[in-house]
Amino acid sequence: MNALQIHPEKCTGCKQCELACSWVQTGGFQPSRSLIRVHIFDEQASYAPYTCFQCDEAWCMQACPVNAIDVDEASGAKIVLDEVCVGCKLCVIACPFGTIFFDKPGGVAAKCDHCAGDPACAKVCPTAAIEWTQADPGAWIGPFGDRVDRDYRAAEEAD
Amino acid sequence: MHGWTGCVLRVDLSTGAIGREELNPDWARDFVGGRGIGARYLWQEVDPQVDALAPENKLIFATGPLTGTNASCGSRYMVVTKGPLTGCITTSNSGGHWGPELKFAGYDLLILEGRAERPVYLWIFDDVVELRPAEHLWGTGVFDSEDAIRRETGIPGTSVACIGPAGENLVRYAAILNDKFRAAGRSGVGAVMGSKNLKGIAVRGTGAVSVADPSALMAAQWAQKQVLSEAPLTSEGLPAYGTLALMNVINEHGALPTRNYREAQFEEAEAISGEELAQTRLAANKACFACTIACGRVSRISEEGRARYTLNTSPRNWKHATEGPEYENAWSLGADCGVADLDAILKANTICNDLGLDPISLGATIAAAMELYEGGVLSEEQTGMPLPFGSGDALVALSEATGYRRGFGDDLAEGSKRMGEKYGHPEVFMGVKGQEFPAYDPRALQGMGLGYATSNRGACHLRAYTVAAEVVGEPEPMDPRATEGKAQLAVDMQNISTAVDAAGLCVFLTFGNTLSDLTPLVAAATGIAYDDDALVRAGERIWNLERLWNLRAGIDPSEDKLPKRMLEDAIPAGPARGEVSRLAEMLPEYYAVRGWSPDGRPDAAKLAELGLG
Ligand code: SF4
Ligand code: SF4
Ligand code: SF4
Repeated sequence: MNALQIHPEKCTGCKQCELACSWVQTGGFQPSRSLIRVHIFDEQASYAPYTCFQCDEAWCMQACPVNAIDVDEASGAKIVLDEVCVGCKLCVIACPFGTIFFDKPGGVAAKCDHCAGDPACAKVCPTAAIEWTQADPGAWIGPFGDRVDRDYRAAEEAD
Repeated sequence: MHGWTGCVLRVDLSTGAIGREELNPDWARDFVGGRGIGARYLWQEVDPQVDALAPENKLIFATGPLTGTNASCGSRYMVVTKGPLTGCITTSNSGGHWGPELKFAGYDLLILEGRAERPVYLWIFDDVVELRPAEHLWGTGVFDSEDAIRRETGIPGTSVACIGPAGENLVRYAAILNDKFRAAGRSGVGAVMGSKNLKGIAVRGTGAVSVADPSALMAAQWAQKQVLSEAPLTSEGLPAYGTLALMNVINEHGALPTRNYREAQFEEAEAISGEELAQTRLAANKACFACTIACGRVSRISEEGRARYTLNTSPRNWKHATEGPEYENAWSLGADCGVADLDAILKANTICNDLGLDPISLGATIAAAMELYEGGVLSEEQTGMPLPFGSGDALVALSEATGYRRGFGDDLAEGSKRMGEKYGHPEVFMGVKGQEFPAYDPRALQGMGLGYATSNRGACHLRAYTVAAEVVGEPEPMDPRATEGKAQLAVDMQNISTAVDAAGLCVFLTFGNTLSDLTPLVAAATGIAYDDDALVRAGERIWNLERLWNLRAGIDPSEDKLPKRMLEDAIPAGPARGEVSRLAEMLPEYYAVRGWSPDGRPDAAKLAELGLG
């Protein structure tokens, strides 16, 4: 199954991915509605786009009391069924990564659905910092997080 | 409206009144946005004779119809006001994320008028607009001010544009910084903001920029981006070396002004080049909003440099990282001052960002002072330190002193024209209409001389970047030493770059894109059937309006001139040895191509033709 493979060292922080995602979501350019968000790690001189990891053991899905989160057969993504969702936000609380959003009109949850197998963010990224490929979607976050953590501590000690 | 939000936000700092009004749709169509629509509002509302630092002057932040869309490099806003350095209409452009946030908040333009009684900052969060006290931030640098304001707003994604001590102290070339390292840099827009007691403008928008034909825009942007990803400069040169890629190139052409324009080649250019930065100090590339080029440099001061210079970048754990330098800054702080120490340049450049100074005018003014010092006009007592060409320590010390107007910095804060006049040597001023030259010798590149002399905001490289034809060979190679055809080239480039500015795009994309790549973007976003001619026409209209404004401000066409050194002192060595600027051969032709009178004034027929009558 394909996944979004993130290469934070390539990201320039341009937000073309947010623009493309918001266009898919809303038909307009509204980064505040993007389901992928670019985070700035100033102290790393680095940026990283960040979206749902499509967990094997998806806590959002397990938390949902009305089974409104389902697995899309084609792409393998966990998707919100708008017509089933009752807007309780339990999934927002359950997701350990903060990648379920609740700002869609209609009072339903919103999360990355891999654009049904052809993700717009990966297509527009000018530096290939987001790749749509066979990969473990969570593989990058561990080493990156460790580096951020280590550098923060080192800087604190130096201060 | 599409592309435009259709809403102007107006804040009277004297009374605290905050109002919203409809964007004039006719002006939007004819002047497009950014620099154009800003000029139209300034024309309507501000007497060109006003004192730039008086409450009657207004400060306009203007986005374009493509700002905040996915158009590559659609990140731009323009600050339009009367500038204290030149007395001209001033148009200073910046990228980053501030302009798009203003659009997402729902505003095309922000017009600030009057003067606040005490220091304030403006907080815009969609419909919520409020003035907040900023006394606690007055005197604080840009880095800490931004962090403090962002903390106070508490809203993630907030972008802050603010001034540093230089703007507060009315340094004539104080800048406005946004996102810490992006600057509306030139002509003293920061001093105008300081004169209004306005420390900063924080903005966060969660709305959408609606466009007339999203699918057409997606297609046009895809094509535009492809061109940028294939053109050598925008796909390789700028991403690899930033604008600093130019250092070695311009030096090889013998067009790199050195030691206050006394020479045109710097023997140590290599040491301050983009190649050197990339090998020894580059940490990452950084893009402005929606930019697919990413010329921004995140760089680290070298191990050895850390022993001498500490960066006060914030957050403090940047590990000696800062941003820049850009080519123009590395030239002004470097070659123009004879300084070959890249760490000193990085340090001085970072001081400029933090205190809110234009590094071009600062470096050039220090270079002029170095000339006076070496000539025995300025003594060590007057300058407070030895000031020979090449001294990185003096450069760093004086950058700081200027931002705070301390000691000799108080003279430097006036710019090189006023500083030279004060010490009886006006000939050390290298610039036009009070504004210092950027980094291309107009004796070696004839077109640049014409561009500098005729720029509406004083000497500027961005208005007619004839370097493209004279050095890079785009769109067609032209002999840099020849004057033939340069009038037409300058006019064409001025009109096109003005249209690019007005659209809300970054002019650097013209290193790859032609106007024909951009027109479909503007048309798709606005729903107005612009073609290339209409945009060029809009550029011409804006250019003429700026010219009219300057004439009314009392800037006589005889100010379209270059310093005597450029006209009479030949370049002493290098490929352009023996050259002087032959401005007199080009200027009459320029006026003719513009359709102006022989003495440089747009006549009634021209104005009627442009709808300015
Ligand atoms: S939304 Fe959160 S919990 Fe659900 S699959 Fe994505 S990352 Fe996992
Ligand atoms: S907000 Fe919707 S998707 Fe999320 S847990 Fe509640 S019902 Fe399920
Ligand atoms: S489009 Fe690519 S480079 Fe730009 S912000 Fe997103 S991930 Fe980073």
